[in-house]
Amino acid sequence: MKCADILVIGGGPGGLGAAIEAAKAGASVLLVDENPRMGGQLYKQIHKFFGSQTHYAGQRGFDIADTLIAEAARAGVELLPQTRALGCFDEGQFALLSLANQDATRLRTMKARRVILATGAKENAVAFPGWTLPGVMTAGAAQTLANIYGVLPGKRILILGSGNVGLIVGYQLMQAGAQVLGIVDVLPSVHGYEVHAAKLRRANVPIYLGSTVVEARGETRVQQVIIGQVDACFQPIEGTHQTIECDTVLLAVGLSPRTEIAAMFGCDMTFERRLGGLMPIHDETMCTSNQTIYVCGDLAGVEEASTALDEGRLAGIHAAAACGYGDEARHARVAALQSSLNTLRSGMHGQPRKEAKNDILQLAHRKGIVGETI
Amino acid sequence: MRIYKHPILEIAEAKIVTVYMDSQPIIAHENDSIAAALIASGISVFRHTHKTGEPRGVFCGIGQCADCLVIVNGQPNVRACVTLVKEGMQIQSQSGYGQVGTPL
Ligand SMILES: Cc1cc2nc3c(=O)[nH]c(=O)nc-3n(C[C@H](O)[C@H](O)[C@H](O)COP(=O)(O)OP(=O)(O)OC[C@H]3O[C@@H](n4cnc5c(N)ncnc54)[C@H](O)[C@@H]3O)c2cc1C
Ligand code: FES
Repeated sequence: MKCADILVIGGGPGGLGAAIEAAKAGASVLLVDENPRMGGQLYKQIHKFFGSQTHYAGQRGFDIADTLIAEAARAGVELLPQTRALGCFDEGQFALLSLANQDATRLRTMKARRVILATGAKENAVAFPGWTLPGVMTAGAAQTLANIYGVLPGKRILILGSGNVGLIVGYQLMQAGAQVLGIVDVLPSVHGYEVHAAKLRRANVPIYLGSTVVEARGETRVQQVIIGQVDACFQPIEGTHQTIECDTVLLAVGLSPRTEIAAMFGCDMTFERRLGGLMPIHDETMCTSNQTIYVCGDLAGVEEASTALDEGRLAGIHAAAACGYGDEARHARVAALQSSLNTLRSGMHGQPRKEAKNDILQLAHRKGIVGETI
Repeated sequence: MRIYKHPILEIAEAKIVTVYMDSQPIIAHENDSIAAALIASGISVFRHTHKTGEPRGVFCGIGQCADCLVIVNGQPNVRACVTLVKEGMQIQSQSGYGQVGTPL
């Protein structure tokens, strides 16, 4: 049976960063992702990133994905796309399901000394009358259709949620030729970065704050949406309703870590609202309560692509070190990554994430969760 | 609706394939998911629910929710959003759970 030093599950920025560092340290690394291409959410991100050079500022998400995939291949990572990790059988065998073929070889098993989970996040939903009608979908679904397949989900689009995902997807759909009729959010102010909101404002897209979707109506697809203002308890206020004629409603109401596999491995969890909800507890080395399992990226708390990449690199260095790879230079590298993460987690949006992360690390210490290489 | 002009994405010339939705031919692009091909041809109802017969289409778009199930070449419960089209593919909208296996 094949045995790799390190199995990385999930090929987004987190998993790619982890695989690259572990392979560069000398470990044999297998990286699996269920999609036809590695890159995770990066492939849907057609806007330019901002920040510093080390975080690929000025490059578009899909170009960053291509750069990382090439770097992983050069470092000797074995890349296995269209492969879903199902979990772990007895005696430490990992079950990998190929989605590319239907024959008897589609389910394969392998062993690994350490596993890095980088399974990302799933989108949250919100229920209102009519939310199951075709035409109501997540913002990520619309982004996938438009940016990967070149198909618009509809012509007249309303978005619920003014976080970065709602704002960015709204602007991208306008670039692709759709009409964005508005962004609706229960909060009193825009939740995402002002740079993204400004692009929509310049295009005269109304942002309905303190408001929510009350109902979506239609026979076989959304035709009308009723929105209304909310009171202090986020309940719709009678008499404030207005009707918007549209064919599509996008839900951009936050992300939650994809914890299924981490839970299967018995990783202790905690609920951290500021980072998207239930997530595995981890220490500075990204090690969980199961000493053979490391986590990074959105799974270890929903943040953004650049933090996922840095955390992935940390997980890769430490998991490789736990297998006996890496030289003294790794300590300086770890320090640099940690200071880079600190910089990313600053400012109005970053500070709450930094505090939440620190609470997770302290929880890990109290519970005695310590990676092997601290 | 297909995107033909985009300020950032290069829209490459795609190979055309024909698939069938409930026996009607549909023009699709070679690397389309079934969901993308159906939506591009204006079809948003992929199936009807078991109990109340309500229409359903794409919801998550990445294979996590099972809202988009269709019957492909006789096999039910195929997720349209993560299954790519193939020339001549027979797609049917699904009602309820779908028939698994062939009745004796
Ligand atoms: C719709 C959307 C829009 C976003 N827009 C932005 C943005 O504009 N800018 C920004 O900085 N951040 C954005 N983010 C956040 C950013 O993309 C994420 O923080 C970042 O991609 C997280 O990286 P990751 O590697 O943890 O997860 P992901 O990039 O999500 O990668 C995880 C990968 O693992 C795969 N996977 C999961 N489970 C398994 C399994 N069992 N077997 C095999 N493969 C599996 C998934 O399919 C996925 O490809 C967005 C996120 C979403 C969902
Ligand atoms: S739309 Fe959710 S699985 Fe296809």
